Amino acid sequence: MSATATGRTSSAAAPKARGGGVLPWLALPALLAFVAFAVIPLIGVLLLSFTSWDTLGTIQLTGLESWQSVLSDPGLPHALWVTFLITALSWAVQTPASILIGVFLAGHQRYRELLAVLYFIPLLLSSAAIAITYKALLDPNFGLGAGLHIDLLTQDWLGEPGLALGVVIFVVSWQFIPFHSLLYQGGVRQIPRSLYEAAELDGAGRVRMFFNITLPQLKYTIITSSTLMIVGSLTFFDLIFVLTEGGPSDATRALALDMYKRGFQANLMGAACVIGVILVLVGLALALLLRRLGGRDPNASQLEGA
Amino acid sequence: MGLPLGAALAACGTSGPAPSGGAASGAAAGGNGGGAKASYWFLSGPPGEAPRTAAVKRFNQANPNGQIDFNVIQNDAYKTKIKTAIGAGQAPTIIWGWGGGGLRSYVQAGQVEDLTSWFGENAAVKDRLFPGAFGAATIDGKIYAMPCETVQPIVLFYNKKVFEKVGVQPPQSYGDILDLVKKFNAQGIAPFSLGGQSRWTNMMWLEFLFDRTGGSEVFQAVFDGEKDAWNNPASIEALTKMQELIKANGFIKGFSSITADSNADQALLYTGKAAMMLHGSWSYGIQQAQGGDFVSSGGLGFMNFPPIDGGKGDPSDTVGNPGQYLSISSKATPEQKEIAKKFFASGVLDEAEQKEWVGTGGVPIVNGSDKLFTGSKDAEFLNFVYGVASKAKVFAQSWDQALSPTAAEVLLDNIAKLFQLSISPQQFATNMNAVIGK
Repeated sequence: MSATATGRTSSAAAPKARGGGVLPWLALPALLAFVAFAVIPLIGVLLLSFTSWDTLGTIQLTGLESWQSVLSDPGLPHALWVTFLITALSWAVQTPASILIGVFLAGHQRYRELLAVLYFIPLLLSSAAIAITYKALLDPNFGLGAGLHIDLLTQDWLGEPGLALGVVIFVVSWQFIPFHSLLYQGGVRQIPRSLYEAAELDGAGRVRMFFNITLPQLKYTIITSSTLMIVGSLTFFDLIFVLTEGGPSDATRALALDMYKRGFQANLMGAACVIGVILVLVGLALALLLRRLGGRDPNASQLEGA
Repeated sequence: MGLPLGAALAACGTSGPAPSGGAASGAAAGGNGGGAKASYWFLSGPPGEAPRTAAVKRFNQANPNGQIDFNVIQNDAYKTKIKTAIGAGQAPTIIWGWGGGGLRSYVQAGQVEDLTSWFGENAAVKDRLFPGAFGAATIDGKIYAMPCETVQPIVLFYNKKVFEKVGVQPPQSYGDILDLVKKFNAQGIAPFSLGGQSRWTNMMWLEFLFDRTGGSEVFQAVFDGEKDAWNNPASIEALTKMQELIKANGFIKGFSSITADSNADQALLYTGKAAMMLHGSWSYGIQQAQGGDFVSSGGLGFMNFPPIDGGKGDPSDTVGNPGQYLSISSKATPEQKEIAKKFFASGVLDEAEQKEWVGTGGVPIVNGSDKLFTGSKDAEFLNFVYGVASKAKVFAQSWDQALSPTAAEVLLDNIAKLFQLSISPQQFATNMNAVIGK
């Protein structure tokens, strides 16, 4: 597989790279930035996880003490579970919704282009602003439900563990569906018209075309979008922090929030770094897994027979 | 708290330089003439920003050769920023803070100056302030901070109009509170407002139930690091009372969704949806600003938390913020430290600053500041706070400020769980015993 892959890239790149070894140099700026802002801090976090530091005093080497305290804390499996729930549920809500909206917006009708602009707005707002707004809307005494006298909306939204988790997933989805719709819109527009024309000639209906042409053709867009969603929701922090602060009690205390609270509120940097390392490992494992799901050869054509 | 309140060392009675308002004096030009500059960070937003800024500006005008650069930072961001700056050796000369456990962590890291001998030499600076304010500035018998600004006890606020409508009297005892809970619930009015999502709001309840049930020594034992101090029978009893009040619907429905930073809890009180509320004295200013004519028309009642029948606590005790605190960074240059000390002696809480605090509805921590209250439209409340603060046998510091940041975070977490009824009083005690002394 790697042979074909490299063969393909080098043949494709050949005309441009005629000047000699220019290509590797082009990667240099990105590589430098990656080392400076990702690899070096990561090494720092790894080293700090073997120490105990309250951010003020001297850093003391304490070996595996932080690891032991974090790994034996019942809060860790709970935080992992909450993170998993948020990741899985927000993926399950966002993906179908984004695909449908993306397909809808791929049409070139004018009203759809107008709607595309409107749908895009949530993405332009900061997470903190969104969270504060929702918090005000969901207030049981002064919020939307109380204002409009709709009992169904007058719930203890952020005070019941199950409801609070649901609210978090809803708001996260509300914020990010526009972005993923945009990806799918682009993906759908890349699908050659000839495929649909052929299907029409064969008498396929719209639903059939969606499932047999659009969805399979979107395979790589789905993988890209899912990777972004899953790795993104692993480190999801700002919105949850402002919306629920991890509460009620610790119903929405995801890993990233747990890390912040231990590090910056409880002043236990060693323990926070342990969680940081765990987050990196989980994120890497998931990203690799998703690449695997993408099939053996990421450069294989989806347009055979087109 | 815990810090013996009297720890404020007895007066040494020398006549130091009188800290009279060095303010108004000339030097209008205030030319940034050479000399070192000290730096000072403090919190933004009303009501404190204006008096803080004005105090520094007055000081700079009076001292053209020893200026203070100030930086205004939003409350929540400040806590993280100041910690990071101190850890990185980039602290401002003057460190604004809440004293107690946070100050202790600075002291342990050797980041702040010991001011004990300076206060010894300048006894007048110390003697003019409330003695109770020095408790949270004192770590292991040494003073590391200059108390400043205002005293903020936790007050039991109530809506007089709602009380009138239901035809009941303010509670004289905890038993009265339990009766009132039934009466208000029967009328469809929430007995108590509570911004439960903020967690420290719930903590205020525990602080009073602990004090009134078992006296101030119950939490003092925790603060002093006594093993299993939370297992004290009085502690378990207070925690049980807390959950009983929650189960009796003492608090507004959905209180875990309500935050204090949006002031929704206070809005519940002044709109009459709730009858009572336990909150910091600063809430007075907020209700005045946001509650329409609620305060000015005499709708707001206030009192100290009533005694519990059979409890051991002294009903004059209170809890809250005995003051705010200014420390000097040990990393500052000698010139900067001198400027800071001069500011402490002549700038902090000068007459003009005291007046400004009174104008915001705050009580400056200066002995005799009550004479400034006459003529103020808030005189009744200001005198009440001055009375509570000056008469309190024990003015305990809020638990989350008194404990170390590590223990405070565990405390707030467990309080949230206790209020969710997801842990029992005994589980609470066990969880908290595990972090005693940490």
